[in-house]
Amino acid sequence: MSDVATAIEDAPESVRATTPLTGFLDLVIRSVLPLLLALVAGGILIAALGHNPFGFYLDIYRGGIELSAWQDSLMRASTLTPIALGLIVVFRANIWNLGYQGQFLLSAAMVAGLGPHLERHLSATLTLIVLFFVAGITGAVWTLIPAILKAWYQTNEIITTLMMTFIGISLAAILVKGPFQDFSSNVPQTLPLNLDQLLPTIPGTRTHVGVVIAAVLVLVVHYATTRTSFGLKLQVLGANPRAAVHVGLDPKRVILTAFMCSGALVGVAAAIEILGILGYVRADYNPAYGDAVIPFVFLARLNALAVVPFILFYSVLSIGGDFAAQNSGLPVDFLLVIVGLTLLFMVFIEYLGRRREIGRSYITPGLRAGLRLRKPR
Amino acid sequence: MASDRHEQADSTAGADAPAVELIGITKVFPGVVANDDIHLAIRAGEVHCLLGENGAGKSTLMSVLSGMTQPDAGSIRVGGSDVRIDSPRSALALGVGMVYQHSTLVPALSVLENLLLGEGGGLRLDTERGEARLAEIAATLGVHVDPRARTGDLSLGEQQQVEIIKALWRGSNVLILDEPTSMLTPEGVAELQKVLVRLKEAGVALVFITHKLHEATSIGDRVTILKQGRVAGTLGENDLRSRTADDLQAEIVRIMFGEEAVGSAPVAELEGALPERRQAVRASGDVLLELAGVSASGDGISAGIEDVSLALHQGEILGVAGVDGNGQRELAEVVAGQRRATAGDVLLFGTPIGKLDVRSRQKLGLRYVTDDRLGEGIVGSLAVGLNLVLKRVGQRPFWKYGRTQRGQIEREARELVAEFDVRTPSVATRAGTLSGGNIQKVLLARELSSEPKVVVFNKPTYGLDIRTTLAVRTRIQELAADGIAALVISTDLEELLGLCDRIAVLYQGRLVGTFENGPGAAERIGELMVGSRAA
Amino acid sequence: MIALPVASIFTQAFLTSLVAGGLLAGVPLMFTALGEQISEASGVLNIGLEGMMLTGAYTGFVGAYYGGHDWLGYLAAIAGGMAVSVIMVVFCVRLLLDQIVVGIAITLGAEGATSVLQGAQFGQSYPRLPAASDVSIPLLDRIPIFGASLFQQPLVVYLGFALIAFTAWMLRRTRPGLNLRAAGQKPQALDAAGVSVVGTRSLAVLTTGALAGLGGGYLSIAGAGIFVPFMTQGQGYIAIVICMLARGRPVWVLIGAFIFGMSLQLATALQIAGIDISTDVINMIPFVAVILSLILFARGDYLPPALAQPYVRGAR
Repeated sequence: MSDVATAIEDAPESVRATTPLTGFLDLVIRSVLPLLLALVAGGILIAALGHNPFGFYLDIYRGGIELSAWQDSLMRASTLTPIALGLIVVFRANIWNLGYQGQFLLSAAMVAGLGPHLERHLSATLTLIVLFFVAGITGAVWTLIPAILKAWYQTNEIITTLMMTFIGISLAAILVKGPFQDFSSNVPQTLPLNLDQLLPTIPGTRTHVGVVIAAVLVLVVHYATTRTSFGLKLQVLGANPRAAVHVGLDPKRVILTAFMCSGALVGVAAAIEILGILGYVRADYNPAYGDAVIPFVFLARLNALAVVPFILFYSVLSIGGDFAAQNSGLPVDFLLVIVGLTLLFMVFIEYLGRRREIGRSYITPGLRAGLRLRKPR
Repeated sequence: MASDRHEQADSTAGADAPAVELIGITKVFPGVVANDDIHLAIRAGEVHCLLGENGAGKSTLMSVLSGMTQPDAGSIRVGGSDVRIDSPRSALALGVGMVYQHSTLVPALSVLENLLLGEGGGLRLDTERGEARLAEIAATLGVHVDPRARTGDLSLGEQQQVEIIKALWRGSNVLILDEPTSMLTPEGVAELQKVLVRLKEAGVALVFITHKLHEATSIGDRVTILKQGRVAGTLGENDLRSRTADDLQAEIVRIMFGEEAVGSAPVAELEGALPERRQAVRASGDVLLELAGVSASGDGISAGIEDVSLALHQGEILGVAGVDGNGQRELAEVVAGQRRATAGDVLLFGTPIGKLDVRSRQKLGLRYVTDDRLGEGIVGSLAVGLNLVLKRVGQRPFWKYGRTQRGQIEREARELVAEFDVRTPSVATRAGTLSGGNIQKVLLARELSSEPKVVVFNKPTYGLDIRTTLAVRTRIQELAADGIAALVISTDLEELLGLCDRIAVLYQGRLVGTFENGPGAAERIGELMVGSRAA
Repeated sequence: MIALPVASIFTQAFLTSLVAGGLLAGVPLMFTALGEQISEASGVLNIGLEGMMLTGAYTGFVGAYYGGHDWLGYLAAIAGGMAVSVIMVVFCVRLLLDQIVVGIAITLGAEGATSVLQGAQFGQSYPRLPAASDVSIPLLDRIPIFGASLFQQPLVVYLGFALIAFTAWMLRRTRPGLNLRAAGQKPQALDAAGVSVVGTRSLAVLTTGALAGLGGGYLSIAGAGIFVPFMTQGQGYIAIVICMLARGRPVWVLIGAFIFGMSLQLATALQIAGIDISTDVINMIPFVAVILSLILFARGDYLPPALAQPYVRGAR
């Protein structure tokens, strides 16, 4: 079906005669340029709406990095990264898990809801470990229906995962308003977890250890996707599903596993967010973390290591963006526009690159659909 | 060569200017000169055959003429005046119609809808006028077609007739047929010849592209031979009329392959690239593969198979002949495990394997060389090395506890590449960039490594150049000599006759007869292939 | 769970609310799904449909609000939807880039943009439009239960019914319809016949944008009377599903739209019947319905073979 992203280490030799340096530079340009262009375009839009773009972006810097704000950005990154990893795992197999939002919210609700009860009976550390498992399992379970439908009936997973998201949002709300509710508060929300039951912080900082968890996950996922048979199976399924059947892979199994791993990772992200920062969940809680992460997953060519700098960048953008939005009066939804622009610029630059055939093309599965090898006549 | 200059002078000087003239056409693709300064003159009321191996440049030349590609140099003249053909639309406007090798009809639409496609005119589809015109053209050709039939349901021969009608629909007076007989039965070929004669009488200029010598000499009024992008020689009317068939074929072989080729082996064999026939193996060894009453459903148009029984012995080469689309793929897939049998049993070494999946069957020694090389055979974006071990993902020594052992894979890949003569810059090259022949070698290397016992080949030499074709066929014979059983499914009857010990015939999903290979087999098999009579 | 006394469900009030409200709620779906049907027939998958619908909802509202007339609103809605679809045409049909990625980009971008524009234009307030004026068809509107709802609608709804009939005719019996279907089934054939595949698909996508915009416009102008960011709430995706289930026949779009419209309407109808189920449960119902329909009906492939695959003319 389509080409699959391969980092330089996967295939040491290019087909075309580019030196490693030009190949690397090309990669950097293709990855970073879309972002820069999106920021510039975003700046123009801000100006068009009557605000000062430089001030806006400066506010982002202030709100995202200055003083100890960088720690907040780092913690935001620790939530976003597992989501990105989850997307990488499925996108490599050309599976569109667009249900991350539902998976995230349900896992968050489960963690926030069960947490206060568990900590009464178990030690703090054990509670945390159990809750991480609960989150992972919830996320994985929420992918089961779309996964089974795709594996057995080839039902389009874009639609099914999106539907599960909407259902998940409602279900999470029901849980928070129902069995998990904290009746002592006016607003429907869960019982807050005790402060000392949250994730411990790294000594000397106020950053929680979720950062470490995220870093470990990055290494694990990277290894799994690039140096294991599982990773190869994902690649084959993503590149050519018919070949996957032909060479004896069981597509059903790969689809199910990929989906569930993806859901589990998203669930872990929710656990990090709840156990690291929020401590509770309101009924209307719905941060659109996954939406923002998608373009960076592509820009990183579905490589777990490469996605980290992008996530860090976006974390600064979103933490700082909250601050900048308040100051300027622009709704924070504006960042969605930047996200959309990044995707469009990325796609367009790929087109240009293809036209001039700059080196080898590290295009991701979905994009490569336009470049399917033509059968010889 | 002297003769083609002669032809050229002929064409422009004469009173009857050729319908179409290609002058100095050159087309270059990255790495290969597909057409190199080609001159071609096509006259009305004549069949001009364009002969050459796969890869000689025939299709490229015709795609230039039909507007699908633009030449890098050269010009085209239609009816004596210079023209530019920059799209299929312009070609059609100039009266050049093409019947492609791979159908350009839309299977889901009706015949009439396919014919009306692309017609200008008002908003509404004028079906009455369309049906009238269809009847008119069909009568000219001497065929009968139902305008409301769903195109995908028609036989390949009928679809081709619709394609010809479509080409004539726009009033084309030049018709290009690209390998039109590749999918036809012997009867279908005869029908086509009749249609061509009537077209000639109607004054249409015909270009007939083929790689089969005997077709060129029997159908053509004029023959131009292409070799590696250049015009290697021509045979004019006089030649074709006056000389004997053997003589002509020898001449063509000389032109195509050089002096040494003539006389060193029987011409027919060289054309067919068959290895020396070995002693037929008596069907006395152990039965390695058996099908007992196997049925399987097909997808969409294809028939599927019904109640198929056969037995494949050790060291035997069993051929399965048949026109394309009569259940070949379903048969192969049922044996390989990619498709479930709805009835009957598949037995390997005497035990039923119906419940085993593809991977398990591979481990037992059952292999499948698919005809769909790019679509399912290889993963184009992965390295050649990975493709070579792709059927052993997760197995030792290439994977230990799931971890990829790169060194091992590379070593194995290098060995296989050397053994099977795969031309590739390195084992890390993306497999999709290799030529068709080398991709087939990769597939062979993969399937035939690590102790195969029973191998199913589906159209193993389709679309390959002569050298690789010979190599593949030789290898099949070598396999059999080593005691491995081979099931060769092919639409090329000559290939099967040259290779197999026994040949079975697949017709509309049923195995309608199995013959020992020998004199007389060809005719009977041919008849069964089109369903003329039962065995 | 909650006991549902069967008798009290099928009261006049409940049924009228369900059917009438369902028809009302189905209209945006009808327009949008019809639009998508045209695109999908030609081989283009519009994941960005939600974005087109939302943009139409916003521009439509602004048009009606400042223009003073509903019709100006509808025109603005069409323009808005088409403007967004141009992105699809340029990136996917002409530049042959991936339809799904661009679709996601369009939806996210449109969600953000309309939210920002709404804030910029109206600040924290959410102004209301006066109720849409209906046109009644005499006699027919007296049919019990659904007479009033079917035949007492703003003019634009009758336009929708007419469009359904027109599209059905167009696909089967006209030249453009034939080109469309060929583009989705086998674009090489269309190209070989001398018709521009890119041109055909471009027109199809623009039409989809127009119709999706109109659907969104109806949502904000006649349906809710206000514009709220993210107000389409997944209806664009529901429209895609309706389109998949309709198997190329516009009549089924009509039926599907109203069935799903009724599921969207169920909350209100149940409340009227006096049954009290939490809104969250009700909100789930349309999406659960979608999944159930996909499980039950979406077997086998109706989808055009060339769907979501950019067309590149011959050559190696």
